[in-house]
Amino acid sequence: MTDRDETARKIIALIEPYNKKGIAVTESTRFAQDLEWDSLTVLDFVAGIEDEFDILITMNQQAEIETVGQLIDAVGELKG
Amino acid sequence: MTDLLSKFDPLIAQREGLLATGLTDPFNLVMERVKSPTVAICNGKRTILLGTYNYMGMTFDPEVIAAGKQALEDYGSGTTGSRVLNGTYQGHRECEDALRDFYAMDHAMVFSTGYQANLGIISTIAGKEDYIVLDVDSHASIYDGCALGNAQIVPFRHNDIEALEKRLKRLPPEAGKLVILEGVYSMLGDVAPLDKMVPLAKAHGAMVLVDEAHSMGFIGEHGRGVAEAQGVLDEVDFVIGTFSKSVGTVGGFCVSNHPKFEILRLVTRPYVFTASLPPSVVATAATSIRKLMHGADKRQHLWDNSRTLHAGLKRLGFTLGTEEPQSAIIAVIMPGLEQGAAMWEALLNEGLYVNLARPPATPANMTLLRCSLCAEHSAEQVEEILGMFERAGRATGCIS
Repeated sequence: MTDRDETARKIIALIEPYNKKGIAVTESTRFAQDLEWDSLTVLDFVAGIEDEFDILITMNQQAEIETVGQLIDAVGELKG
Repeated sequence: MTDLLSKFDPLIAQREGLLATGLTDPFNLVMERVKSPTVAICNGKRTILLGTYNYMGMTFDPEVIAAGKQALEDYGSGTTGSRVLNGTYQGHRECEDALRDFYAMDHAMVFSTGYQANLGIISTIAGKEDYIVLDVDSHASIYDGCALGNAQIVPFRHNDIEALEKRLKRLPPEAGKLVILEGVYSMLGDVAPLDKMVPLAKAHGAMVLVDEAHSMGFIGEHGRGVAEAQGVLDEVDFVIGTFSKSVGTVGGFCVSNHPKFEILRLVTRPYVFTASLPPSVVATAATSIRKLMHGADKRQHLWDNSRTLHAGLKRLGFTLGTEEPQSAIIAVIMPGLEQGAAMWEALLNEGLYVNLARPPATPANMTLLRCSLCAEHSAEQVEEILGMFERAGRATGCIS
């Protein structure tokens, strides 16, 4: 398993508790439109991601991330 | 052609749906006459005001009114200019002197509104390479100040000390950092743990800005706010406030002990590129601020009112924003927007005005009836208010 695969596995696991509609999450899943997350859910989820990878994702960076795949790539970059 | 207003269609539909049920529009109330800080005539009816943030009841203070009239006579109706050009009159200086005395700080800068004070100070001191760490429930003026300045924004869960600490630890050590907190959060009327958060921010090399809009005049030994009450005011770099709450007029300000503070007058765009407050407004503000310095009796009465209303509403079965009264704001949590609007209208029919707050302005999509008490509410008025809540609550099914 590559480092990216491992990151993807962890992120998808962190999405599950907030996946209220029970949709099949893929890299093209969109947070706002497909998962229909409100701002508080986003805050909690981002905090979970930050704790898991010991990184910081600013609101400015969040604005650029629309899909699960983009988040996996962003986390990979932030981990350095 | 794309209709640029189409994006508001869902909101238009929601509003029309609500009004179609026959409810009065909660956002279209007119105060036909205002008789005192606590009573107005609305829809031809005597109405107790419980949603004005006029905490210290200064709007009809005879000395405040006299100062405003005199300034209107002496200096005219407006300055027609920016503070840095022709818009600084003697009254603006006196108002800033009053603020420096009130907070016992070296510098004070008066803005045309509280919104502009946050917009100006935040956007000017934190630029593109800097980080702003802020409570997620911060006021819109704080978020707009962040957006205007292009800083990197890091929100943390409301009043969560551990969440703040985690984010501070992860910031690049060399980066410029600003932590923004509020003394009293206006939606639920709850107080921030500034005694924990301010030292934490300083320990991580951040500057601290605290918005004390809803505590000035009321909380703290000298009415300087929650930072004073919790003993950390000396560690706060910037205090932001407003004249449209306890001071009883309009305007905003920033006070600070920072030695380079005065340069902000030349580089803060919402200060430089807007007209200054009319002379009558700064005269009323200065008089009111100086009177608030000696408002200990009023503060005591306001606390009594807050405790009585909080306990009374709780006893009636309402769900409140805080377990204990923490400020002069008491938020009554409604089951949803429709029932909240019905309750708001029932209270208005009883002769009581409160604020209806709804998503997206509220945390966790709550609908709230926000009550803000005034030092001029009598004990009898508070009892009258409780009777109105009881009748309206039963009529709308909010309490059984």
